[in-house]
Amino acid sequence: MTPLLEVEGVSKSFRGLRALHQVSLALNTGEIVAVIGPNGAGKTTFFNLLCGVCRADTGQIRLRGQRIDGLRPDQVCARGVGRTFQIVRPFSGLSVLDNVVVGALRGERSLALARQRALAILEALGLADKRDQAALTLTLPERKRLELARALATRPELLLLDEVMAGLRPTECDQLVRVLTDLQRSAGFAVLLIEHVLRAVRALAQRVVVLHHGELIADGTAEQVMRQPAVVASYLGPSASPATPETPP
Amino acid sequence: MSPKRAGALALAALGLLVFPELGGAYAVSLATLILYLATAGQAWNLMMGFAGQLSLGHSLYVGIGAYSAGALFFHFGIGPWLGVWVAVACSMAVALLIGGLAFRFGVSGVYFALLTIAFAEFTRIAFDHIDWLGGPGGMFLEVAQRDRWDLAHFRGPPSMYYYAALALALGTLWLCARLSRSRAGYYWRAIREDEPAAQALGIDTFRWKLLAVLVSSALSAISGVFLAFYQNNLFPEQVFHVSRSIEILLGPVIGGVGTLLGPIVGSLVLTLLSDGVSELLAALGWELPGTKQVLYGLALLGVVVFLPNGIWPALHAAWQRHSGARSA
Repeated sequence: MTPLLEVEGVSKSFRGLRALHQVSLALNTGEIVAVIGPNGAGKTTFFNLLCGVCRADTGQIRLRGQRIDGLRPDQVCARGVGRTFQIVRPFSGLSVLDNVVVGALRGERSLALARQRALAILEALGLADKRDQAALTLTLPERKRLELARALATRPELLLLDEVMAGLRPTECDQLVRVLTDLQRSAGFAVLLIEHVLRAVRALAQRVVVLHHGELIADGTAEQVMRQPAVVASYLGPSASPATPETPP
Repeated sequence: MSPKRAGALALAALGLLVFPELGGAYAVSLATLILYLATAGQAWNLMMGFAGQLSLGHSLYVGIGAYSAGALFFHFGIGPWLGVWVAVACSMAVALLIGGLAFRFGVSGVYFALLTIAFAEFTRIAFDHIDWLGGPGGMFLEVAQRDRWDLAHFRGPPSMYYYAALALALGTLWLCARLSRSRAGYYWRAIREDEPAAQALGIDTFRWKLLAVLVSSALSAISGVFLAFYQNNLFPEQVFHVSRSIEILLGPVIGGVGTLLGPIVGSLVLTLLSDGVSELLAALGWELPGTKQVLYGLALLGVVVFLPNGIWPALHAAWQRHSGARSA
């Protein structure tokens, strides 16, 4: 069976700066994979390549065997890849419901159906009672959930989450993890998340890959990966990877 | 709809219908101007208010529409009913060129606005040199008898133009209301609020922005055809001038950008204000040049400072507070 997402030997440089070097990754249907790595490791570049914001210099990205590298963001979305933004970008002037309706209109013939589905998604994310408020009145955790709701409304097969947990309190983070796992179990989409909050990574991801200086240095379960000396070194520096493995903060 | 609201609407409709019978010639011409500006303003508002694409050169589309239909009538005696299609086609072709170029090369925001001014300006200069269209000396449509309705050639008494302008204003209002509640409306607002986010939701922003420009240019062209046959004279210096573009966008800006009734409320307030100031100055016997412009400017300043979202949203909110307080 072909994996849902295949990334093969992808490299990207910005002028002289090598942001990504020969990164390969495969993701199966329904799988949840986290990409971690210290600041500047190339996580965001990797994310931007996947959703069509920038183009890879070399390599291929395939979704269900079909190449999606070189497509525009809207075309990537149309193929079944939904995304959130690290810095939330709600349509501030629109109501919470209308924000999600815009996403739900993709693949829905009528506005009435789109509204119906948008409402169901808001219900699942606990935003239904705020549906008529303007999006700019929401708090940060609510905006993060709205971001998620909008992406989910496009019916993705693959959901790309760019630090959805950042800035959330632990309880809010746990709550969002619960919501995400429930939704993922019922809808069956795959998730690729970039995340700094290890609490969420441990709870969500079946697999963790680590980027460092634009290269993939580890791939495995959260526990396996965090024991690897190279990973510890990438976060804390080489002197911090002694024989006794410590989990990075 | 509540019976009270239906009654109010029926009364308003009746008032608009019998207005030419009751109002004098001056009032009818003023009302026609208001309705024309409301139509053109609605067209501009569709592009800026809905889709967030600022045009400072909308006189271009109005002018192209006016000149196309005007020239067909002037040279070949072809009336506006056929001419309007040609006008719309010409205007949309220009819009396709400007929008296509701008959006393909990622020109947006202020730079897009500058581009719209540039196109309007060089069209103005170009038209000064087209003798077939009268050049700088203008093109004059034959003014026929004013007492009889000649619908085929769109010639008749002022009341005919009033009703035509009324139909246009209501027609564009209806169309914009429909579009606002359609997929296009949702996508346009999403693009207006945040284009990259809209694109991430699968919206082909190039295509939908272009659609906004095309629809807006078509509606503007129709209002231009009306203008040509109402004014009967067209000068490039007037038709394509930047001040005309400003005149078109002031209505929706003052009335409320992005709202459906804003362009109508705005053009009503502005026209009455402008004429009211003139009347007031005449009554006071002040003849200092520029006084009118200064007072008009101060009034605009007042609206922008105190009602930054426009008059209509403020009125609407006040009305809801009022009815909310009553029902509570």
